[in-house]
Amino acid sequence: MVSLTIDGQRVAVPEGTTILDAAKKIGIDIPTLCYHPDLEARAVCRVCVVEIEGQKLLQPSCAYPVSEGMVVHTNTPKARQARRMAVELMLARHPQGCLECIRNQSCELQALAERLQIREIRFERKLRDLPKDESTPAIVRDPDKCILCRRCVAMCHDVQAAGVLYPTNRGVDTVVTPAYQRAVSDVSCALCGQCIHACPTGAISERDDTEAVWQALADPNKHVVVQTAPAIRVSIGEEMGLPVGTIVTGKLVSALRRLGFDRVMDTDFTADLTIIEEGNELLHRIKNGGVLPMITSCSPGWIKFGEHFYPDLLEHISTCKSPQQMFGALVKTYYAQKMGIDPKDIFSVSLMPCTAKKYEADRPEMRSSGYKDVDVVLTSRELGRMFREAGIRFEDLPEDEHDDPMGISTGAAAIFGATGGVMEAALRTVYEVATGKELGALDFVSVRGLDGIKEATVDLDGMQVRVAVAHGLANAKKILELLREGKAPYHFIEIMCCPGGCVGGGGQPIPTRMDTRAKRGEALYLADRSLPYRKSHENPAIKEIYRDFLGEPLGERSHHLLHTHYTKRGKYPWLSS
Amino acid sequence: METPEVEKCRTGSSGQPDEIDSILEKYRGRKDALIPALYDIQKVMNYLPESAAVKVAEALEVPVSKVYGVATFYTLFSVKPRGKHIIRVCESAPCHVLGAMNVVKELERELGIKVGETTKDGRFTLELTSCLGTCGVAPAIMIDDVVYGNLTADKIPHILSEYR
Ligand code: SF4
Ligand code: SF4
Ligand code: SF4
Ligand code: FES
Repeated sequence: MVSLTIDGQRVAVPEGTTILDAAKKIGIDIPTLCYHPDLEARAVCRVCVVEIEGQKLLQPSCAYPVSEGMVVHTNTPKARQARRMAVELMLARHPQGCLECIRNQSCELQALAERLQIREIRFERKLRDLPKDESTPAIVRDPDKCILCRRCVAMCHDVQAAGVLYPTNRGVDTVVTPAYQRAVSDVSCALCGQCIHACPTGAISERDDTEAVWQALADPNKHVVVQTAPAIRVSIGEEMGLPVGTIVTGKLVSALRRLGFDRVMDTDFTADLTIIEEGNELLHRIKNGGVLPMITSCSPGWIKFGEHFYPDLLEHISTCKSPQQMFGALVKTYYAQKMGIDPKDIFSVSLMPCTAKKYEADRPEMRSSGYKDVDVVLTSRELGRMFREAGIRFEDLPEDEHDDPMGISTGAAAIFGATGGVMEAALRTVYEVATGKELGALDFVSVRGLDGIKEATVDLDGMQVRVAVAHGLANAKKILELLREGKAPYHFIEIMCCPGGCVGGGGQPIPTRMDTRAKRGEALYLADRSLPYRKSHENPAIKEIYRDFLGEPLGERSHHLLHTHYTKRGKYPWLSS
Repeated sequence: METPEVEKCRTGSSGQPDEIDSILEKYRGRKDALIPALYDIQKVMNYLPESAAVKVAEALEVPVSKVYGVATFYTLFSVKPRGKHIIRVCESAPCHVLGAMNVVKELERELGIKVGETTKDGRFTLELTSCLGTCGVAPAIMIDDVVYGNLTADKIPHILSEYR
């Protein structure tokens, strides 16, 4: 332990602790901007500077380690002056567009200017006027709002291993961009949206598609159907002012009805369906010498990453569509038939924790119903905006239930939203289908939690099935490299693009950090335990759809509606186009 | 970004692929060797086209965004095609005070290009640079490896004529 004095208070902290963290321990919250608790500190903004006795220069507390006997002052005139100067210089180059900005009231720069009570900017104002990048259906880059903190760079390189964004040029001309100033649509971006969570400002955001949904809701000729992703029910509450990790499934359903959706159904239903199809696919591959290990396919950010970086491994990926796209394909076929509605009049909306899902819905192959299977994907943040604009207050809402026939789901589907959840759900079903025996303990705790890579071995009546789970693309990369070298001794691998799984998706409420991801995940396991059915194959609505419509798992109709294929894109897609 | 170098990188006409590959051989897997690798390549190609940056990224196992980031950070490197002769005007304080900007204006006028650009015939590229270490003869410029000092605008045409 090292002891030091901060603002007259003594504190003892382990060696290697930063001044920032030591101060936090005694209730002093030094302002920061380029610092992010989950990312390596770059210490470039100088907002967190403090005075250390015996040192001439101010030091950035976010990166400066404590030492024995150190005496630190966080609020001297010199430190306050330097801090204000750093922020004023940033603001002098920043558009004053808070009122029209997507991050209005969730922006760290705005909050910092408020906290430091910046009332005037003593420098000449000079805007950069750089072009916006709206080249993808998922994320929008607005470099004019970039304060060059490099948090997105750390996220994209260190956590997501995609390496898309990097600072280029120098000095006042510095701009964070893809290589050779290419558009995001040109490069090997997973569209995971994690850079949005890293970004303190409105410089990176999701594409807002709320207007299209408002219009459909107002159109009397449209039958507007909505599906709710597993991870939304434990996160949308945050958009509505509730604590992190509140389970709001019932309130979400009634809020959507009030917004005017004609039918509120559940992605969890097709998550159960995914388990049936994927579980059977796995058993089929094991029995018939198919390509193993098989890798899960429900995370479109992972799929796009795989298509760019591991085109040689695409055969390992399950051909199952994601639950969102299974739902989309069924809503305009099965559901339309059942209800006697012309599919062309159905407008299908999905509520997702994810920006990559917007891209997935736009893929040309996602039209198995003969129409665009999912018309619009809204992230949690966009849905929050709609609820707030409509004046819906979650505190006062009753709890409703999802509609038939794609509304019943199991606990296995709920945990899809957390890392390890798809694996656990699959194991519950695969065990029973393969052995014909009832599973005693349903909880596969070894695949739960936030370790980057988790492994387990499951005994299927004498056959040892080895599984692995990775979340965050840098962790996935480790397993994929092993696989490429022929050293991945697994049968089945779950990969989720986003840290924590979908609860930490790029479309989730701001802030999404490691602690928020963990709390939302725990809530999903709680939801799992409270549901009457906890195994996908016991879902009565699933039995019904196979009986009335699909026939059998991996059958002809499933093949057409529920399975897909992938595209080799390569790391430098622009070179081939 | 449809600039000539992208065009060239697509057609491959500016690359000497074998030479680049052989330069990169000794840097394979060496993430720490980005600057020397870029330096060697720029020596033979005169600038760093996107196609070369991709090769560097592959060989050193670093993201191409980082290659571009480093190539644009150091004034030593250029990601745009450069002329046969590189004219560097010192922009440090002593040169500035003694009229470097007039020299720049005259160079721009004579060459018909702005700082950072290359003449159409590919003969000259005009760049600014940090201190050349020749403050005693400020304002100064450097053409390729030769320094010209105590400059005034009217000396420029004569100096350029030696390279035309
Ligand atoms: S990024 Fe933040 S400070 Fe900038 S305009 Fe948006 S809300 Fe305001
Ligand atoms: S969306 Fe993901 S892969 Fe793309 S730039 Fe952002 S962090 Fe990187
Ligand atoms: S885009 Fe956002 S996260 Fe990235 S450097 Fe700019 S302000 Fe920081
Ligand atoms: S927060 Fe410490 S330098 Fe930016």
